[in-house]
Amino acid sequence: MTREERLRRLDDIARTRILVIDGAMGTMIQRHKLEEEDYRGERFKDWPHDVKGNNDLLSITQPAIIQGIHQQYLDAGADIIETNTFNSTSISMADYHMEKLAYELNFEGARLARQAADAAEAADPSRPRYVAGALGPTNRTASISPVVTDPGFRNVDFDELRLAYKEQTAGLIDGGADLLMVETIFDTLNAKAALFAIEEVLEEKGLVLPVLISGTITDRSGRTLSGQTTEAFWNSLRHVRPFSIGLNCALGADLMRPYIQELARIADVYVSAYPNAGLPNEFGQYDEKPEHMASDLQGWAKDGLVNIVGGCCGSTPDHIRAIAESVKGVPPRAPAQPEKLMRLSGLEPFTMPAF
Amino acid sequence: MTNAPRTASFVNIGERTNVTGSAKFKKLVLEGQYEAALDVAREQVANGAQVIDINMDEAMLDSEAAMVRFLRLIASEPDIARVPVMIDSSKWSVIEAGLKNVQGKAIVNSISLKEGEDLFVAQAKKIRRYGAAVVVMAFDEKGQADTRARKLEICKRSYDVLVNKVGFPPEDIIFDPNIFAVATGIEEHNNYAVDFIEATRDIRRTCPGAHISGGLSNVSFSFRGNNTVRAAMHSVFLYHAIPAGMDMGIVNAGELPVYDDIPEELRERVEDVILNRREDATDRLLEVADKYKGGEKKKAADLSWRSLPVNERLAHALVHGIDEFINEDVEQARLAATRPLHVIEGPLMDGMNVVGDLFGAGKMFLPQVVKSARVMKKAVAWLLPYIEAEKEGGKSEPAGRVLMATVKGDVHDIGKNIVGVVLQCNNFEVVDLGVMVPAAKILDEAKAHRCNIIGLSGLITPSLDEMVFVAREMQRLGLKMPLLIGGATTSKVHTAVKIDPNYDGPVVHVLDASRAVGVAQNLLHADNGPGYIAGIKADYAAMREAHARNQLTRARLPLAQARANALKLDWASYQPPQPLKPGLTVLEDYDLAELVARIDWKPFFQAWELHGNFPAILDDAKVGESARALWADAQAMLQRIVGEKWLTARGVVGFWPANAVGDDIELYTDEGRGTVLERLHMLRQQMARDPGRDRAHLCLSDYVAPKSSGLADWVGGFAVTAGHGLEERAKAFEAAHDDYSAILLKALGDRLAEAFAERLHERVRTELWGYAAGESLTNEQLIAEAYRGIRPAPGYPACPDHTEKSTLFRLLGATEQAGITLTESFAMMPTAAVSGWYFAHPDAKYFGVAKVERDQVADYAQRKGMSLPDMERWLAPNLNYEPGTEDRAAVTAA
Repeated sequence: MTREERLRRLDDIARTRILVIDGAMGTMIQRHKLEEEDYRGERFKDWPHDVKGNNDLLSITQPAIIQGIHQQYLDAGADIIETNTFNSTSISMADYHMEKLAYELNFEGARLARQAADAAEAADPSRPRYVAGALGPTNRTASISPVVTDPGFRNVDFDELRLAYKEQTAGLIDGGADLLMVETIFDTLNAKAALFAIEEVLEEKGLVLPVLISGTITDRSGRTLSGQTTEAFWNSLRHVRPFSIGLNCALGADLMRPYIQELARIADVYVSAYPNAGLPNEFGQYDEKPEHMASDLQGWAKDGLVNIVGGCCGSTPDHIRAIAESVKGVPPRAPAQPEKLMRLSGLEPFTMPAF
Repeated sequence: MTNAPRTASFVNIGERTNVTGSAKFKKLVLEGQYEAALDVAREQVANGAQVIDINMDEAMLDSEAAMVRFLRLIASEPDIARVPVMIDSSKWSVIEAGLKNVQGKAIVNSISLKEGEDLFVAQAKKIRRYGAAVVVMAFDEKGQADTRARKLEICKRSYDVLVNKVGFPPEDIIFDPNIFAVATGIEEHNNYAVDFIEATRDIRRTCPGAHISGGLSNVSFSFRGNNTVRAAMHSVFLYHAIPAGMDMGIVNAGELPVYDDIPEELRERVEDVILNRREDATDRLLEVADKYKGGEKKKAADLSWRSLPVNERLAHALVHGIDEFINEDVEQARLAATRPLHVIEGPLMDGMNVVGDLFGAGKMFLPQVVKSARVMKKAVAWLLPYIEAEKEGGKSEPAGRVLMATVKGDVHDIGKNIVGVVLQCNNFEVVDLGVMVPAAKILDEAKAHRCNIIGLSGLITPSLDEMVFVAREMQRLGLKMPLLIGGATTSKVHTAVKIDPNYDGPVVHVLDASRAVGVAQNLLHADNGPGYIAGIKADYAAMREAHARNQLTRARLPLAQARANALKLDWASYQPPQPLKPGLTVLEDYDLAELVARIDWKPFFQAWELHGNFPAILDDAKVGESARALWADAQAMLQRIVGEKWLTARGVVGFWPANAVGDDIELYTDEGRGTVLERLHMLRQQMARDPGRDRAHLCLSDYVAPKSSGLADWVGGFAVTAGHGLEERAKAFEAAHDDYSAILLKALGDRLAEAFAERLHERVRTELWGYAAGESLTNEQLIAEAYRGIRPAPGYPACPDHTEKSTLFRLLGATEQAGITLTESFAMMPTAAVSGWYFAHPDAKYFGVAKVERDQVADYAQRKGMSLPDMERWLAPNLNYEPGTEDRAAVTAA
């Protein structure tokens, strides 16, 4: 199946059923208990800096492990799998002095995921499997000063982010990604830079690929780390006309629900949700059981709140299998049809009254 | 509140965080008091502003940096950041910088079709991509829309382009169909409010979804000074505009009266004006305006003034700057008067007082005032023979006698002449010593003429030191008279820190000509004087303290560290372009007509204290009328300059084999590069950057291939002038009592020289050096410097050492080839001249060296073979330390 064929069918599928996205990559990698030399592999055995913990590097040094994880999620019933590229920008890779590898990591990450998805499609040609190129938030924030005493200071600006995201986007597309997913958004300005970059790259390549956006509400304050409410966050990004808007990470399903409800009420696009498997326990582990998480998400589905569901930190193929089962046959949410008004935002939304 | 403006659906934009709208905010931002500036924003939001407008368009500001800084600071203030911002600038670069620093969805204010559809589409596309709504001005290639039909035509066209070509959501488009002043006395303006309101209705109908906004204060511009009438006009305007579809605006809500609370008589007459209901509406509103608050009489626009009594004709001629009938009118007045002097003391002075008052109140602008002065001078010249014949010789006692001079080494006098004219308009006697006046002569003449005030002017940086010297001399000689400081490089800070402490008498920095009169009057006023002077002294002392505190935070890197962070260009893959025409090229008698088309008009209007972009300024609601008159005069004079060859343009340009050696650049005698012809000395930035910011510390030599690279690089230089013949012509005007034309000519000469430099740079890029042969740019793009290569001038920010100009002149033979000489302060003569270096590297950018530390100055002095104190004197404005004080260790970035 070509990318074009697969994408042509996406809308039909989304109209008729709830799509399932995969679960955590990091949690699955942890199970392999990899050491420094595993991360280095042959190619980086003399790299002058430690690389343990650079999970994205495994796409190059341990491709079999990454591909195996993708395959497990596909077997569990995921329609969409995310590339192992959450940190694959030159900005985040600077931690390992691997800025120069950014393009290659994205290309390889997309290529591995696509290989796994192609195998699944070959086994069941009736069911397209989508690779979502994952663009994470980076380890810097364009709206927040890292220096408490100097609120005007920034350690990254829009253009630096934009250029890094352009490189990442190009790698993902060239490697075979079908969708592009800007996820775990802490700072909406970072996301705006990522989306700006995506539009630039798509324009340069003459392509139209669906874009998925997923923000992170950090706690019960109901705001992103950079201070926006859910609706303000949506107002800031809706100009992109994404395929979907949603939330992931930070919260378990129980605490995330009110904000998903809010998005379901206002968004004229599909809504996605992939919460954590609960909150971390005292050992830093996520311990929400698959059945528990699946039953929460099934409730959302039945209430007509979601179009795409899956899991974030702590979730495993078992969780995804349970979730996929639980939403099977539940009709997807119909996008809202809000009045066409000028909707602005600061940290809070502002809507121009109709004339 | 049934009849209140229906503001329920009306969105009010807070405008207190707009430097063009709030003097207080502007002052805070200019002084870097961002904490207090944030309070202004906070208060605005607390008072209910739903969106805040942020505008940093101020000539003294790095508007981009100020916009970015303010938006970033706001981001950490949740009680401000909760509302959306309106990013307001006439400069696209500022808008884009703003868009890169808001996480929310903002409004851009504004874009338009003014510079064509291509640019409009490109900007709109970007705005959509950044995720913002947009204000579109009703402005197209032909100009600003004034009539109902034009407003609709432009808005509709903009709408179609935005919606169909760009894919802009209609609901994110806000049109500003231009609110213009009504009741101006000009008949064509009477329907402006109706035009706006009707166009609003039309646009609402033809552009579904779009919004309408406007700057309300324009409409009442004729009634400045009468806030009651103005507020009533705003209220009535909104009362009719809101139902028509205006749903957004910049309004000072607190000052808006409820429609029904406006006294009926006033309301009716205001309504007549706004809705243009009767022919005499303006007059009828004027009749009652004073009753509601002392307003000014508006000038009658009719030409029937010739039938007025002679004294009133004289006043009219002065206020309107008409010299056509002045001789016959003065003659008539003289015959009627008992003594010729009475004509001056009576009607002429009365007229000039009106001019002074109007100017002081911001109701007349500089070009008009200078024209008024021309009329006055001609009138006085007519009377002088009769006065002398009467053998009285005496004149009325002036308000004061002011000595004016451009200091030694400097030759720039446009600003000084303007100040002189304005002072004369206000009954001051001016003793103008001209340019390049040594301190001793200034002081002798001040004594000889019994002057009450000394005014010093200068444009180039070395003049600052000369002013300090004059102040010291005044102190040494025990003088007490006030010293006024003015000119482009002067500043209040420099005056407070460097000049004031040297002189016990009053020292005042005068920002522009419009301030000069007030300052002079205050200083000489018997009662106010002492208090005024003490206030200024205290102000300057406080400024010195603030400055000293500020200094401590301006960390500089050690020179070695700055050098280690030099700009490292990729020389390995660079092929320096070889000049097509190496050596010298002399341009004799350059075609002036070719230069006229290249003029950048904005600075021309700035020289006349009319601020705004060209050509928008011609349609500006406030200064447009004045700007149009000035523009017409300038065009007429340009025709004569070119047609009658008043001026001769000459220039010389050269290219030399060159390589960088450290911070210096070696120029070689030939391409063998064995013998050094001259060595150019450059300074390097030393400012400590914020942590995490590792932008290079630039030096011009970074743009030239280092000697070690083995690359055959080149550097160019040029000197041009359009000023030959100018001085004689200007003197002739002055002799004919026509300072207006003299100043106009000098301002045009400066523009022509700049245009020459711009045109020559273009020819250098395309034919003489030839590295951009295919370049094709519009005049706007040229002005915006959208090309490869730079032409920095010695004495300006990238290479602030004026003394390097002598090297440039030696290389070019500028004096022999182009007839340009240098004064001892390295000012160029004729003054309408430009010189500089050429760098061709594609990455070469203009930058400012800013302040440097002692280590670099010592190193630089040694490289140049000059003593440290001499070097410090020339680099005084760029020193990050007090020369002679103990060395303060350079601080590294925290």
